[in-house]
Amino acid sequence: MIKNILNLGDAALYCDFGQDINKETNSYVIKYFNKIQKLEIKSINNITPSYNKLIISFDLNKIRFNELKNLIEKIQIDDEDTLKKKVIEIPICCEEPYSLDFSRLEEKLKLNKEQILKNFFKKKFFCYMTGFIAGMPFLGDLDENMRIQRLETPRVKVPKGSIGITEQFANIYTFESPGGWNIIGNTPIEVFDNSKEKEPNLINPGDTVIFKEITREQYLNYEQ
Amino acid sequence: MSNNYFEVIRSGINTTFQDKGRPNLYHLGIPFSGAMDNRNYLLVNKLVANDLNNPVLEFAYQGPHLKYIGEKISFAITGDVSFKIKSKTSEIDGNCYETYEINDGDEIDIFSTNKSVYGYLSLSGKFDVTYQWGSCSTNTKSKIGSNNGKKLQNQQIIEISKINKNFNKKRINYVNTKIEKIRVIKGTNFDYFSEIAINNFFKKEFKVSKLSDRMGMRLEGTQLENIYNSNIKSEGLIKGVIQVTGDGNPIIMLSDHGTIGGYPKIAVTISADYDRLVQLPSGSKIKFQQIELSDAETLFKMYEMDTQNLLNQI
Repeated sequence: MIKNILNLGDAALYCDFGQDINKETNSYVIKYFNKIQKLEIKSINNITPSYNKLIISFDLNKIRFNELKNLIEKIQIDDEDTLKKKVIEIPICCEEPYSLDFSRLEEKLKLNKEQILKNFFKKKFFCYMTGFIAGMPFLGDLDENMRIQRLETPRVKVPKGSIGITEQFANIYTFESPGGWNIIGNTPIEVFDNSKEKEPNLINPGDTVIFKEITREQYLNYEQ
Repeated sequence: MSNNYFEVIRSGINTTFQDKGRPNLYHLGIPFSGAMDNRNYLLVNKLVANDLNNPVLEFAYQGPHLKYIGEKISFAITGDVSFKIKSKTSEIDGNCYETYEINDGDEIDIFSTNKSVYGYLSLSGKFDVTYQWGSCSTNTKSKIGSNNGKKLQNQQIIEISKINKNFNKKRINYVNTKIEKIRVIKGTNFDYFSEIAINNFFKKEFKVSKLSDRMGMRLEGTQLENIYNSNIKSEGLIKGVIQVTGDGNPIIMLSDHGTIGGYPKIAVTISADYDRLVQLPSGSKIKFQQIELSDAETLFKMYEMDTQNLLNQI
């Protein structure tokens, strides 16, 4: 449930769902997101769900903060507002030249490559949110022994399709971008397709993601 | 190919097609984009009697040099821009906020914006652009929008799909004012910063860095000390948010900003000051002033009334 609504500047609501980052809190964020989107409130121009926040920006020509806050506070979430969930399998190759940070991972996590891969591939990931760059999913949670800080110096260019990990999260670079996550492998599939106006993102909040290891040969011969 | 088009002799530094942008896509990670300076964007379309959401060319610092091929058409430029109109027989200096007719073979050479960043060019007609999610706005980082998501390239062609033939000359008197004090509202992580940092934020001058673009305006000056945590759990952003990165420097989110971010938000620029904020060229000195939400709302209403009055004069 929304704990508190503040203003973010003069044209956005900052809805706080509490400190904790877990599936339950995030599920509420997504339920609110879905519900508000369905209401089609004309003055709203963006609703951005994240781990434990929902930012609602609006057209200041059409409505003001207090008025929209009152509207949002009246919204009730009931049990019928369930999440539509999909399970998506993402093939990834963790061989050279795709696994950019394996030596760093082995050193920092004090695990060998085999153990790291085993821990990574056994996991069912939950998609908390998408964004930063178009279609990038933020997936969690990695086990305690797999948690690592960002690179001290972020890469200027992370290759498209790279799968990165940091703290309890994994993500997928939907196109080449700067970034500081530790790169474990790369997927040959398109996770963001800008030719699809309706559902450009393969993975959406609430979905479950399973990674499947493929060889370099399978990667190179992969057909979409 | 259409009979009416521009040849791009020189593309300029960062020339892109823009309109009002793409709302309601942040949850997918797709930025809003759209013209940076909304007032000048609206004015340029009104001057050439276009729908106010028509595509325009936005240029930054140095604009494009264009050669026109086709039947008579009018255009206008807004902002604070130096440009020439060259025909076979004459060469004149153009004025912003005034429409000009051009004919087959004429050239528009936009050398630079003056003490500002963005300028806008619109036609009495329509550029042949492509739409994605209802907007033609080009976002070069996400490779979305017109021109295959790219900025204008030298030697390319810009096709014109429609010309409005019943067109009368128009002009207004308008001078852009430069903003020196950016008014802000306290951000949601205001109390992450030390008393000294807050004091510095509002008292000291900051310089607009060369590393600024349509995504963000980086500022240089006093480093702002964070006493709590220099990272927050990633959450949504909006344009105008001022984040402070790990090195203590503020960065203001602009129209192409990433949809989520993990740096503390010290303040948010008020909507009324956004158009003039984006026009500050690198090297500009600025200061921040804190105001309350209700004042920000009133200032925006006044700013919008001014914009409407200008539009009504055309």
